[in-house]
Amino acid sequence: MPNADLIRTIGRQVNNGIWRLGYAARFAMIMLLQSGIAFRRFHLTIKEVYFTGVLSLIIILVSGLFVGMVLGLQGYNTLQRYGSSESLGVLVALALVRELGPVISGLLFASRAGSAVTAEIGLMKATEQLSAMEMMAVDPIGRVVAPRFWGGVIAMPLLAALFSAAGIFGGYLVGVQLIGVDEGSFWSQMQSSVDFHEDIVNGVIKSVVFGILVSIIAVFEGYDSVPTAEGVSNATTRTVVTSSLVILFADFILTALMFRGT
Amino acid sequence: MSRTTLDLWVGFFVTIGIAALVFLALRVGNLGGTTIRNSYQLTAQFDNIGSLKVRAPVKSSGVVVGRVSAIDFEQETYTARVTMSLDGRYQFPKDTFAKILTAGLLGEQYIGLAVGGDETMLAAGNTIGKTQSAIVLEELISQFMFNKASEGAAQ
Repeated sequence: MPNADLIRTIGRQVNNGIWRLGYAARFAMIMLLQSGIAFRRFHLTIKEVYFTGVLSLIIILVSGLFVGMVLGLQGYNTLQRYGSSESLGVLVALALVRELGPVISGLLFASRAGSAVTAEIGLMKATEQLSAMEMMAVDPIGRVVAPRFWGGVIAMPLLAALFSAAGIFGGYLVGVQLIGVDEGSFWSQMQSSVDFHEDIVNGVIKSVVFGILVSIIAVFEGYDSVPTAEGVSNATTRTVVTSSLVILFADFILTALMFRGT
Repeated sequence: MSRTTLDLWVGFFVTIGIAALVFLALRVGNLGGTTIRNSYQLTAQFDNIGSLKVRAPVKSSGVVVGRVSAIDFEQETYTARVTMSLDGRYQFPKDTFAKILTAGLLGEQYIGLAVGGDETMLAAGNTIGKTQSAIVLEELISQFMFNKASEGAAQ
């Protein structure tokens, strides 16, 4: 009976998924309750901001610059057909601030910083450092997990803002310096069409939400990993895959809530 | 606890991150644009506002003097009531004419105030009496086509 096997497998998968979701929610609650230590001993969190934020700077800035430059080239090609190449600034700025900035920096953040956090916590678990901490009456969730979570939550919005700024600079380089769109109308049209509350604040809200989601997934996968070499590698892969899917899904939900059209 | 190079790097990172946010707010967004000080409200009734939106600029002689703050539908007269908040530095005569104009051929719509010659000024909460609705492209074309058709019939 292959059908019975199939149904059994689906049932087990669904059951397992719900079980893990509940465990992750309980883990997140405990971590938030234990977060006091991440703020009382703030240098722990600062160290994590260094690892997740400062070390991701180069990849974020360079990819932002190139995404902006590609937007500039492609946008110009389409806009000049309708004789409105002056709106290039609007196109580049809105695309980056609303969508590409938070989403691409979220994806890069998940693969650059999230995977590192998972691997680190997973290895600490595999080498029984977490159990050793418990033996010394140090809570590993407060001491190891919470600072990594808060470090990610602090770093992500700043990285997204830097990505957008670098991208707009890239669009400016290609549009104004290379192609020769008028500099004055590039900036003035951008300023008259990009709204502070509607576009920029919503973009920042998106990046904060993505930061929270990626950080939760990264620390949970690390903490929940099977304590073997294979288990840690599986957990790292799962972090990147799950975070990417969750970012794109959450982006759709947030966009639908924020930009319903007036 | 002593200061380390790590703190310096994190401080640098946070600083340029916030600088990027300020850049987005001031240079890219319109937060640093023309701000309206000591605003006062005026209303105007239009038969048709076209695609005028809240926050659209109110201009006089091409200078932005205010923004549209609300648009409602008035049930008694079946017209659109547009509320504008204007900069307190600028006063307009009672017989000012409010028109809905379009920036460029297909640009965004804004309200243009053509100043009249009356001695008394509009006070806060007053209504601008003389208005001109937005030009709707379809109506313009159909008018043109009917004119052409009637010309053809006359000949």
